[in-house]
Amino acid sequence: MSTPETPATPPPQAPEQGEPTTWTARYALYQRAGGVITPFLTTLLALIIAGIVVRFTTGESPIDTGRAIVDGSGLPWLVPSSVMDIRDVANTREFWDTEELARNNAQVNLQQTLTIMTTLILTGLAVAFAFRCGLFNIGGQGQFFLGVILAVYVGAEFSGIPRGIHVPLALLCAALAGAVWAGIAGILRATVGAHEVISTIMLNWIAYWVGSYLFSLGGPLQSDRNREVPISNDVQESSRLHVWWPDPDHIAGLHIGFFIAIGALIAFWIILNRTTLGYEVRAVGYNPEAARYGGISVARNYFLAMAISGFFAGLAGAVDILGWQYRYGQIDIQQSDIGFVGIAVALLGRNTSIGIFFSALLFGALLTGSNTRNLALPIEPELAGNMTLIIQGLVVLFVAADLLILYVWRARRKLRIPQRRARPAET
Amino acid sequence: MSDARGDQAAVPVLELRGITKQFPGVLANDHVDFDLHRGEIHALLGENGAGKSTLMNILYGLYHPDEGAILINGKRVSIDSPRAAIDQGIGMVHQHFMLVPVMTVAENIVLASEPRRGGMLLDYDAAVRRVRDLASGFNFAINPDSKVQSITVGQQQRVEILKALYRGAEILILDEPTAVLTPQEADELFAILQTLRREGMSIIFISHKLREVLEIAERITVLRRGKRIDTVPREGATQDALARLMVGREVLLRVDKTTAEPGEPLLTVEDLSVVDDRGLQAVRGVSFEVGAGEIVGIAGVDGNGQTELIDALTGLRMPESGRVLVGDRELTNANAHKHLDSGMGHIPEDRHRRGLVLDFTLAENLALHDYDKQPFSRFGWLRPGRMVAGARRLLKEFDVRGGGPQTRASALSGGNQQKVVVAREVNRDPRVLIAAQPTRGLDVGAIEFVHRRLVEERDEGRAVLLISLEIDEILSLSDRILVVYEGQIVEEYQPDVTEQQLGIAMTGGTRKDKEAAA
Repeated sequence: MSTPETPATPPPQAPEQGEPTTWTARYALYQRAGGVITPFLTTLLALIIAGIVVRFTTGESPIDTGRAIVDGSGLPWLVPSSVMDIRDVANTREFWDTEELARNNAQVNLQQTLTIMTTLILTGLAVAFAFRCGLFNIGGQGQFFLGVILAVYVGAEFSGIPRGIHVPLALLCAALAGAVWAGIAGILRATVGAHEVISTIMLNWIAYWVGSYLFSLGGPLQSDRNREVPISNDVQESSRLHVWWPDPDHIAGLHIGFFIAIGALIAFWIILNRTTLGYEVRAVGYNPEAARYGGISVARNYFLAMAISGFFAGLAGAVDILGWQYRYGQIDIQQSDIGFVGIAVALLGRNTSIGIFFSALLFGALLTGSNTRNLALPIEPELAGNMTLIIQGLVVLFVAADLLILYVWRARRKLRIPQRRARPAET
Repeated sequence: MSDARGDQAAVPVLELRGITKQFPGVLANDHVDFDLHRGEIHALLGENGAGKSTLMNILYGLYHPDEGAILINGKRVSIDSPRAAIDQGIGMVHQHFMLVPVMTVAENIVLASEPRRGGMLLDYDAAVRRVRDLASGFNFAINPDSKVQSITVGQQQRVEILKALYRGAEILILDEPTAVLTPQEADELFAILQTLRREGMSIIFISHKLREVLEIAERITVLRRGKRIDTVPREGATQDALARLMVGREVLLRVDKTTAEPGEPLLTVEDLSVVDDRGLQAVRGVSFEVGAGEIVGIAGVDGNGQTELIDALTGLRMPESGRVLVGDRELTNANAHKHLDSGMGHIPEDRHRRGLVLDFTLAENLALHDYDKQPFSRFGWLRPGRMVAGARRLLKEFDVRGGGPQTRASALSGGNQQKVVVAREVNRDPRVLIAAQPTRGLDVGAIEFVHRRLVEERDEGRAVLLISLEIDEILSLSDRILVVYEGQIVEEYQPDVTEQQLGIAMTGGTRKDKEAAA
């Protein structure tokens, strides 16, 4: 793990044992070897296919569309000289009169990209942590809603508390609510064996309808001031996350939730790799039977892994509310899919900290870049937006496909093992 | 290469010339020559990973050789798929059977070349007729109408052989055929093979078991690390000589040990009953003791309650009734964690399913029981440096090859994986060591190592319980032998018992005698 030691040269593995000649086994070896390369290629391939689709369906240049998305994501801000260049390619020099204006626009877009990335990191971690314990947490969306609800409640209804207490309190309550929500699925899995995929989906719907009720007209969390819209009160000033980029007075600037997310990435790595809990979680995730033999309680880890996952998702909801939304409405509940995008983020990021950082950035950039407000002429917004959906879909499809291959390969291995019980020799 | 048979003049049915196959990082076959005469049983002997299966998979069209030629009846042929191999009259019986459990024997045999009626429908009666003719021609006792799932493993193997014959095989490859069989079934298989040989079949018999190779084969070709070391006739060959060829050094086949001097009982089992996953009684009222400094062997045919017994003894399955004590500490309903903390070591029967987390590094695997204790962690924080340091020492002490502390367990060969498991269990200094099939799938060199280690543990005053399906292993290691049959201990023997006596007890023979006497 951390101790610097060059991994031993690949041991001469007997072909009879590793069967590297079958394509699935080769694929698995390749996956291990090219941990970084595969997701990168996956993304690249998705971009290329999306470009081809755009070319053949609309005749538009896929390059122009792609550049418009990149531009809209604000990423060129990081490379100052590139801002105007891209505008040139898109032939929209008149759109921004000066380079300064273009740069300002890019900055706002980048702030938005990073804001979405913040949430995606957290919902991605919510999927990844459970995954490392061998569980598939589809319930990130519901756990996110629980976080939102608690953040709105604590943030808007509690007043007169100093910021130093109000913010951590709201964050903690929201995260714990997410943890409890996911923990229910964990307990069900640990005790009666109810599959977490089913139970988290059911919990998603419960959260969805509870939220819809709470923010509905006349609902308990609906605004006091404006009784005609199904939307909550704004959260108190004292509960809002500090906006640090460009400055605290700026609307839609980047809030400190970004650092909370980065901290969560680090915490994720530390828990998994440096604590006994993480050791147990990984052991259970890789081989529950061996973990049990090793003296580890599988049930306890199922529960804890789900609860920690839910903690991340609940935190995502709180960071969203306290960082930039400040209120939540029925329509938001109906339209939100950030928890589900988290699944794609985790899958593309291979359930590792560093991977989730980059895949959250990618999805954040795609979502922002294809936002109609950010798209410039002459690329039609519908086209660019659809291309983003195509890319997103393809990425998920590819990642899911290679997971499927891995799954089948593992299942095959598992199937073989019971046969071996009766067969002493292996050659 | 000397030829044992008289008909040298005849062209071999099969000849492999200079077969070479390179896999990434390993030369699996290095210019291997092999020939097979009509009506001959030729054994291919070698350790795991010596290249036996690779060679046969090339012959069966599953791999393509990088170099070399295959000649059938003196004519050079190209075999690029199993279908081509079948067309050349080559049949293969794999170690893992390729049968459809819900289909009948006849259906399985005719699969892929069924007799048809009206071009579309399976002519089942014709299939049964053909299978019956075929079976009686070779003196096979088998009912074509039985479902494959309801017949014994030995019979399933016969179905596989018949399948090959039905497809017109004249060269039969058997990959470790006795690995799945009881001693009695193995004897029946050998009788069948002799019949086939007399009928003119040519048979390649793959094995790493010296005794059976000497029993069945006329010539023996030994492979080691991908190279053909020698081909020797059975006459004049000895187990020791073959073992030396196989491993490349002198191997101690007999376990050297002094007489045991059992001390106080460390493991006490009283009237233990355990149910299996289906809720059936698998262990019925078993009682025994294992003393300090003693190896007690439990012999039995697979599926007579051994797995459930092991699970109950190690806290992985709750017993229905009875007691388990280590020393004087009651562990009857304790979980695996408590067993481990009470001084029990457990080498599990399946290292892949249970003994190792294959995706963990060796260092992590070696800490599997003690990751939550000093020195591997403190206050819930892991100390990877300590794990690696501890692992480096253990890997050296136990001579684990093929990787360091940071290597994933899955990258090691089976023998080295097992050494890792043994290292972990022994290093915890257990009072009671439960060794379930500790040498399953290991080759001669590794078996020697594990056996020596178990005797050493005994000599250090630990109580060792050995559960094994290998009669040889039980006989050579145990100081006392208990025979388990249908979940009960039916006999207790001293290690000077004969294999025949054990075999009879293992199949319930002695119990029936007693019932008759009673």
